[in-house]
Amino acid sequence: MTNAPQIFDRRQQRLRLTRAGRLGYADFLLTRVCDELAERIAAVKRSFPRALDLGTPHGGAAAALLASGQVGHVLHAAPVRPLLPTAAGATVVADEELIPFAPKSFDLVVSLLALQGVNDLPGSLAQIRRCLVDDGLFVGCLFGGSTLNELRTAFAAAEAEVEGGVSPRVAPFADLRDLGGLLQRAGLALPVTDVDTLTVRYDNAFALMRDLRAMGLTNTLVERRRTPLRRATLIRAAAIYAERFAMADGRIPATFDIVWLSGWAPHESQRKPLRPGSAKMRLADALKGFAPDRKDEGA
Amino acid sequence: MSEGRNEGQKPQPGATRTSGGVDPKLLEILVCPLTKATLEYDAERQELISRQAKLAYPIRDGIPIMLPEEARPLE
Repeated sequence: MTNAPQIFDRRQQRLRLTRAGRLGYADFLLTRVCDELAERIAAVKRSFPRALDLGTPHGGAAAALLASGQVGHVLHAAPVRPLLPTAAGATVVADEELIPFAPKSFDLVVSLLALQGVNDLPGSLAQIRRCLVDDGLFVGCLFGGSTLNELRTAFAAAEAEVEGGVSPRVAPFADLRDLGGLLQRAGLALPVTDVDTLTVRYDNAFALMRDLRAMGLTNTLVERRRTPLRRATLIRAAAIYAERFAMADGRIPATFDIVWLSGWAPHESQRKPLRPGSAKMRLADALKGFAPDRKDEGA
Repeated sequence: MSEGRNEGQKPQPGATRTSGGVDPKLLEILVCPLTKATLEYDAERQELISRQAKLAYPIRDGIPIMLPEEARPLE
């Protein structure tokens, strides 16, 4: 069991995802990252006989992997029980914090838009690393950085104004640089992180919140205020959102920073930096002929 | 686990469910999410039993539910 501080109510997250599935999951972001995943896998000239999709809210990632032709079998570890059986592979329901697979079970692990909700990301990455074979690949993405910063600002200002106090409404998101460090800490080699910033435009904050609900992404912070959101606060938040952030056409932007992570389970064949002091040649000699010789200057 | 398209077989809905049970290949790699110990498969009750954690994880419609909160505590 994890001893990390409990920031997110995991049970509540599953309930929200189940509700989103029932209402009709808003999958425009997920569709985009599934396409991106396909490109990233295609760029790795390898085949992966056994793949795990950890926590992606629907079967799209598993389908993208199978369509790539580089993957043999895909197992989808879904966060909640799917409404319909998926055609893309076998399914189990699992928690990304408590990964139920034996060591070295997979050649590839992917995870799309799921890991932003775990309480112990280093723990989840370490468990992912353990279920990879040597030289196995992890590719994933999660919301990070400035995701929903406009909504956070609007809610804080509205709550302070209407209720005289602020409660956490928008989750904290991990920073790109921190995430790179976490990959390394989990023992993943050749770690790479990059961020894809999307600005989604909405008519108003209510439309944004409707989409968040349909993605199962509404507030699941443990410290969240348990009383229902007051109507006056909500209306004020939407007004502040528009006042501070509206674009020329009157619509509002919502930022989603999608941070991509990848790393390899270490293997002998991978490139490694040489040990310091193990050079067989002087740097000055190596540079000779590239840099102009200072003594010749002005001659 | 179902076959990939690259192996010349189309994935079929429901193909993941063997008659009244779970894919044996899947059972091989599943461990208890809490203890990471191997599980015993009770085909009759459709449960995966973790002796150390004293929990029985249910299998519903061929899908193992590996969540401790959904598991049945064993006496």
